[in-house]
Parts: sequence; structure tokens; C-alpha cells
Amino acid sequence: MRILVNGAWREAQAAQLAGLLDELGYAGVVVSTAVNDEFVAVAARAATPLHDGDRLEVLAPMQGG
Amino acid sequence: MLEVYQCALNSRLLLGSARYPSPAVLQEAVRAAGAEVVTVSLRRESGGERAGQGFWTLIRELGVRVLPNTAGCHSVKEAVTTAHMAREVFNTPWLKLEVIGEDDTLQPDVFGLTEAARILCAEGFQVFPYTTEDLVVAERLLAAGCQVLMPWGAPIGSGRGLNNLFGLKALRAHFPRVPLIIDAGLGLPSHAAQALELGFDAVLVNTAIAQARDPVQMAQAFAQAVSAGAAAHAAGPIEPRDLAAPSTPLIGTAFRG
Repeated sequence: MRILVNGAWREAQAAQLAGLLDELGYAGVVVSTAVNDEFVAVAARAATPLHDGDRLEVLAPMQGG
Repeated sequence: MLEVYQCALNSRLLLGSARYPSPAVLQEAVRAAGAEVVTVSLRRESGGERAGQGFWTLIRELGVRVLPNTAGCHSVKEAVTTAHMAREVFNTPWLKLEVIGEDDTLQPDVFGLTEAARILCAEGFQVFPYTTEDLVVAERLLAAGCQVLMPWGAPIGSGRGLNNLFGLKALRAHFPRVPLIIDAGLGLPSHAAQALELGFDAVLVNTAIAQARDPVQMAQAFAQAVSAGAAAHAAGPIEPRDLAAPSTPLIGTAFRG
């Protein structure tokens, strides 16, 4: 299925969020996630299913004013 | 001593962490300023890149409190979701809430701001709202549960100082016991000193320090200005007057009478 990850379409094998993050190389990285504009906590990632066309945001700490 | 959300702060200079020439200069500037609070943000990160991880390590090394922002959010929904994401990553209930309403001035959307503040305060966030000097908006933000307000001095990054002195003085007079932190628009240490002289509790500075030719020296200058302004306010400044008042006593003046 295709997932829109940070604004770019990606092919995804994993059926849930935790698996997709591993697939995309985020294992061990401090990030926060939202699926279809809804926050998904770390603890909920394994139980969060993904569907074709879902929008995923993966955000990390960054400089800010 | 400044107290915000039951947290005592010795430094009245809060720093933004963006637009520094390098991470090392940022680190040195934070130390030079003696800042105890640094604002941070969240941005998209790719799996291979990991740029944010190094930044987060650097901030943690500084041992400061972080104040995550919702910069770039233009709607209540975006701001609330970003707040949840920031709370998890940065592990703090503190949140600098920005809901931007206009792109040329980056003026807060005060309607969206009050609504987002109401939602987030109810969820246990300790909200630092980036707002204007509008008294009615300030009332609404306090009613929503905010215990501190961050009025702008001027548009973000403009370096213009305190644009609306009348409005800012009215805000200070109206809410004598609410911590008020001037956020945005300061360009010079004298602007910061002026804010503290007027009785504002602190200032948040980013661009004026980060984009100076020597950010570390400018951080020191801002710290000195903030200390001087706070001391001047505590000392009770005189009121300006229209006519001269001789400072040298007139009694016993030679050649008179």
C-alpha cells in the first residue's frame, strides 16, 4: 500500500505504524508521530493499523524560536 | 526571581534556538546569556537523516528547561496535534502556543489561539501563549487557564523593539500579578532593558542574538540589559516631566539677592 510520509508517497509493507517506522529506518530514533492529523503516542504505535492512502507525519526535535 | 507555573527562574532572558550559525555557537550563546529556558520545535525528519537527534543531544547537554513551540501552525487542529507530539518528545507540559493568522506579520490568530489554549490547558498543558497586547484577548487566555502571557514586542524577527508602548503599558498595568514575557520583535539590548524597566517579567529573544555578527557577545549584552532593566524597575524610576527641575540645590546660589 502507499502511505504519504512527511509529504512524500512511500510504498509500505507493514500493516501497522510501529512496523512501518522500522521499515523506514526510524528504529531507535526520537520522533513523534501523527496519522491523518491525529497524534499517535509511542505506546499506541504497535496497535495502530495503516490503510492505503493514510497520511503519516514523523517529527523530530529541531531548532525553534 | 521569576516564577512561571510554580517554576522559579533566576534568568529573565529566555532564548530561541533557531538561526544560529552553528550548534556550537548556539551552545556558547545560551551559556553566555545564562539562559535557563530555551525554545525548541518539531520538524519533519527522514529515517536516514537523523538531524534532530544531534540537536536534541546538544540541548540536553545544556541542562536547560525546554519550551517547545507550535511555530508554523495556522489552525487550532494543527496546534493541538503539534502540542501532543511535542509533549511526548520533549517530556514537558510546557508549551509556547503559536497560532499564526497572517503571513506577512506572523501576527497571532487570537481567535484560534484562545480556542487552542482552552483545549490544551484543560488537557494539563502549561501554556505560554504568543499573543498581542490586546487586553480582551489576554483576559480570555487567562480564563482559559494560562498563567503566563507572551505579548509580542513587534513582528517575529523584525528587530523593531516595543512597537506599541501604550498598549504594552496598559497590559502591564491591567494584569499586575500575571507573569508577562515579551516575545518577538526585539532587536537590541536596549529594547530588552526597556521591557524590563516597564515592569515586564522577562523577554524571549532569538533572531537578534542568533543573527548578530557575534551571537555570543550579543547574548552577553542582552543578559546585561535584562539585569539592568530589572534592577531599574525595582529601584522605582522617576516619572518624565515637561519642564526642567534643577538637580543642584538653589539655596545659597551665588549672586542671587
